[in-house]
Amino acid sequence: MLMGFFDAVYALWLREIKVFTRERERVISAIVTPLLWIVVFGGGLGASVEISGMNYQQFIFPGVIAMSVLFGSIFYGLYIIWDRKLDFLKEVLVAPVSRSSVFVGKMLGGMSDVFVQVAILLIIGIALGFVPSVWAASAALCVAMLVSMCMVSLGLIIGSSMKSPEGFNLVMSFVMWPLFMFSGALFPVEGLPSYLNFLVVLNPLTYGVDLMRYALLGMTEFGVAADVAILLAVSAVFMAIGSRSFEKMQV
Amino acid sequence: MKKSPAIVIKNLSKHFKKLRAVDRISLEVVSGEVFALLGPNGAGKTTTISMLCGLLMPTSGSADVAGFDVSKDPISVRKMIGVVFQQPSVDDLLSGQENLEMHALLYGVPAERRKGRIADMLRLVGLTERKDSQVKEYSGGMRKRLEIARGILHWPKILFLDEPTVGLDPQTRAHIWQYIRKMSQREGTTVVFTTHYLEEAEQFADRVAIIDHGKIIEVGTPKEMVASLGGDSVRLSSKNPKATLSQLRKMKFTTNVRMDGTAVIANISKPQQNLPRLLKTLSNVDSVEIHTASLNDVFIKYTGRAIREESGEGGFMERIMNRK
Repeated sequence: MLMGFFDAVYALWLREIKVFTRERERVISAIVTPLLWIVVFGGGLGASVEISGMNYQQFIFPGVIAMSVLFGSIFYGLYIIWDRKLDFLKEVLVAPVSRSSVFVGKMLGGMSDVFVQVAILLIIGIALGFVPSVWAASAALCVAMLVSMCMVSLGLIIGSSMKSPEGFNLVMSFVMWPLFMFSGALFPVEGLPSYLNFLVVLNPLTYGVDLMRYALLGMTEFGVAADVAILLAVSAVFMAIGSRSFEKMQV
Repeated sequence: MKKSPAIVIKNLSKHFKKLRAVDRISLEVVSGEVFALLGPNGAGKTTTISMLCGLLMPTSGSADVAGFDVSKDPISVRKMIGVVFQQPSVDDLLSGQENLEMHALLYGVPAERRKGRIADMLRLVGLTERKDSQVKEYSGGMRKRLEIARGILHWPKILFLDEPTVGLDPQTRAHIWQYIRKMSQREGTTVVFTTHYLEEAEQFADRVAIIDHGKIIEVGTPKEMVASLGGDSVRLSSKNPKATLSQLRKMKFTTNVRMDGTAVIANISKPQQNLPRLLKTLSNVDSVEIHTASLNDVFIKYTGRAIREESGEGGFMERIMNRK
């Protein structure tokens, strides 16, 4: 029974990898947006702004990476709607595998996609002048994995309960942008008025951004232990909800 | 020794809010047979199949598929069955080979047998040359063949096909059935398919269940069901209907002679041989029409309408020229 679980997870993860590498548009679009942010926003605004004693571009680099993780993860989760529309999911749902194995397989697939995206971004970052140490780069990739585990699960939860792609825009406006805006990616948390502060504290991405900033720049507001613990806890909750959501999915 | 049935369905029902999609159906499917579920669109065929595959929970009643209860043990059911859906569900971006490999993993085909079995299936459906091309380059017929190969890959006891030839041209349709028959005969698989094509049910099924509005109308072999209607029939319009009526009644090869408006109808056995004799004997006949009995008539008899209203095939208006 356990062998069946791992076989199923492997089969699904392998499929996600293959599909990702064959849909080059997805990879390209996943990289262009954060690139634009760094170059245009960071470069343009950064010329006149300095935060915490460092160049603004440097300050937002971890946040922009976290943004690509967030967007990449949630979009990936939403793509499951296409799987359903194209009936690919039927083959998986009729197979003698548990729904949680389907969920885990898809989640690992998403995390792998994000891994590749972040790696490419780090390489591009080097070209723009951000040269992290080997430790920093590896740490950044690990943080990306942790955050994507959380966000892919969230994306899968939303995707499995949506019936059509028309809802994509709603998700963007009400989930993705708020998560990003209130995460400290673009500006330090202290700057916000106190009535918005609680949104930042409740936002799991805040801790992801903080952790990413620690990995790449060595600064942290909440402490590594707290960041990791919170991300793990939220991931566990999302994974549990996600497995349940998959179990309820009808063909 | 009597073979145990592959599927036993007892009073199976599925309700969607106010709609009774499937209404207390009971059926048995014999192991190894080719069984058709025939009915118009919306009759409840796909809902029934979804329940038998363990994909949809019944509202009430029970179904035992390959020895397992679909409500209590859907995963065991799914191990024993293969499913070919109406819409293609193979992954476009993967190759034929990769699709089969994924299926083998999902269904627990032992590692040492995977390669050989996949190669075998590809050969049987004639896709060996194209196995490494992405499925998005396959034609409709090729996709269907891949799905059939995939459906049988894991040695299922029962293969379910939901409207297997919808959207395929007649030639491809015939070829697909050749493959299905070849595979199922070789492996001894029970085949259960749904269709709204009468000819498909008549030609390829050992037994047929006619379903309409979620209820089973009739079950039997196509021959039996058609025979129960009395077989083929003739419709005569004559200058002297009463005389024609009594003449027909005296003949040996006619039964069930009756009036239909001003025309006279009778069931006739072996129409090819007997019709000429009939026409020689009768003198007042203006025109003759022959109707070859089909499952459509069985459907009309029980439901009052034709299975395909849009094609206007109902009733006795078939021309002699259309007979084979």
